[in-house]
Amino acid sequence: MSTLTYATQALAQAPFADNPSTDFTDTPWWLHLVKALFVFVFLLVNTLIVIWFERRVIGRMQQRPGPNRTGPFGLLQTLADGVKLALKEDLTPKNADKVVFALAPAIAGAMAFVSFAIIPLGPTVSMFGHRTPLQLTDIPVAVLLVLAVAGVGVYGIVLAGWSSGSTYPLLGGLRSTAQVISYEIAMGLSLVAVFLYSGSMSTSQIVGAQKDLWYILPLVPSFLVYVVTMVGETNRLPFDLAEGEGELTGGFHTEYSSLKFAMFFLGEYVNMFTVSALATTMFLGGWMAPPGIAAINDGMFNHGWWGLLWFVIKLWLFMFFFVWLRGSLPRVRYDQFMRFGWKFLIPVTLAWVVVAAFMKASQLGYIAGPSLTFNGREFPVVSIAFVVVLAGAVLVIAWLRDNKKIEQDAIRNTPPPEEIDPFAGGYPVPPLPGQRLKEPSLAISAGDTATDKEATRG
Amino acid sequence: MSNPYVPLLFLLAIGGGFAVFSVGAAAVSGPKRYNRAKLDAYECGIEPTPQAAGGGRVPIKYYLTAMLFIIFDIESVFLYPFAVAFNQLGLFALVEMVLFILTVFVAYAYVWRRGGLEWD
Repeated sequence: MSTLTYATQALAQAPFADNPSTDFTDTPWWLHLVKALFVFVFLLVNTLIVIWFERRVIGRMQQRPGPNRTGPFGLLQTLADGVKLALKEDLTPKNADKVVFALAPAIAGAMAFVSFAIIPLGPTVSMFGHRTPLQLTDIPVAVLLVLAVAGVGVYGIVLAGWSSGSTYPLLGGLRSTAQVISYEIAMGLSLVAVFLYSGSMSTSQIVGAQKDLWYILPLVPSFLVYVVTMVGETNRLPFDLAEGEGELTGGFHTEYSSLKFAMFFLGEYVNMFTVSALATTMFLGGWMAPPGIAAINDGMFNHGWWGLLWFVIKLWLFMFFFVWLRGSLPRVRYDQFMRFGWKFLIPVTLAWVVVAAFMKASQLGYIAGPSLTFNGREFPVVSIAFVVVLAGAVLVIAWLRDNKKIEQDAIRNTPPPEEIDPFAGGYPVPPLPGQRLKEPSLAISAGDTATDKEATRG
Repeated sequence: MSNPYVPLLFLLAIGGGFAVFSVGAAAVSGPKRYNRAKLDAYECGIEPTPQAAGGGRVPIKYYLTAMLFIIFDIESVFLYPFAVAFNQLGLFALVEMVLFILTVFVAYAYVWRRGGLEWD
């Protein structure tokens, strides 16, 4: 027996904690197919409902009823819109790269569905006489798969923008791609803390590890970073810079019409469900019942199909959050968005990963050291030092912020000058109430204007 | 079924089939009325430029972002196995990880100082 086969056997027998905990032995192949269809239909129906939901809720937030004519409460509005799209002319612009132009929406549409396969929708249930987990499949690198599929989905956007042969889609597609990849780093880093705590990348293990405590509590910084990045990843307001209507008309899908456009639309909403489902799985205990309800009747609500209910409720909380954001926040500027991603989210998440690693290490007892006994209780010196350092850092940051605020207030409270030269800055500025207008000084000579032009031509 | 990756292919086949069907159906379901102006690039009603900005070439800024993305994304992917195996590796893993993150931080500080993260 060679060393290699021996090692393989040893690996196969070793009880690795990071392997999936789901049991698919009683699942015939046709049941996998049924479940795949179930996931597909689940996503389609949810998308139909969420588009109606979004328009109704946004309508309420803007003091208007929203769509309410098609079907009860306007529920069939999305279906009607879909049919309308199908009956529109399918245009392919003259400049477009014909093959890629048709390929891009297919990629965007197809890739959106795949990641949902590893999301656990519930515990093991009875289905057609078989005991099977309410999850399409589970693999040891499940979360990595979600990130990988998101990476392939970006191709749909960038190819759509490039193949249209038009300026707005090109710029929109580039912006969108830069945005998605920039926020993917922070998203990937925010998940490291979850892997640290659960010791696995398999979604079933991660849900199982949250039996006693949902990770939203111990890993709050990760959760916050993830929520920000998931909005950035899905190109939703306030981060929908790729389709900033004022600047780029429709962004990467400007030239698309008919069902091809519908594919991008569908892909965007399915992606919203995917990132929300991942957030639910990673931080909100997946399909587990909320703490109070979980204790009722010996955990009865944590069995069977109940799990699907809790999962859907948590998923829709995130969907409401998306809609709420869209109803409340204006779009940010592109440079602000990139600065926030690269200069704030990434270093903060990196630092948090280090802190989380130290927390986990002290839990596991790696950081052994002297401890102080006070009032009959034992405190490790390391954690005391950590608390002191943290408190010091908070104090310093608070002090710096206060100083900045005092400076800003000083500027803000300086009364405006009584006399104003409307052309001082080179362009007309209207006077504030109570200000006197000075005669415009024609200080800008012809030479100055020429240099200005030189400088901006760059 | 022993291979856990096969159900993934099922879902990919269903989703992909649906997407390809829809894109194909778009070509036949709608009307077709030729109009030269309709096939031009859309530019808010002004006379469109003959080709996309820069002749289809991409501003260098995006290339830089893509390169930085690769560096930092690989960093986070390197952190995954470490995080998963943390409770089996002991103090050694902690020290190594802090050193690794510090090393990458040096590169990050360099990029920041050189203006690689500026966007204007």
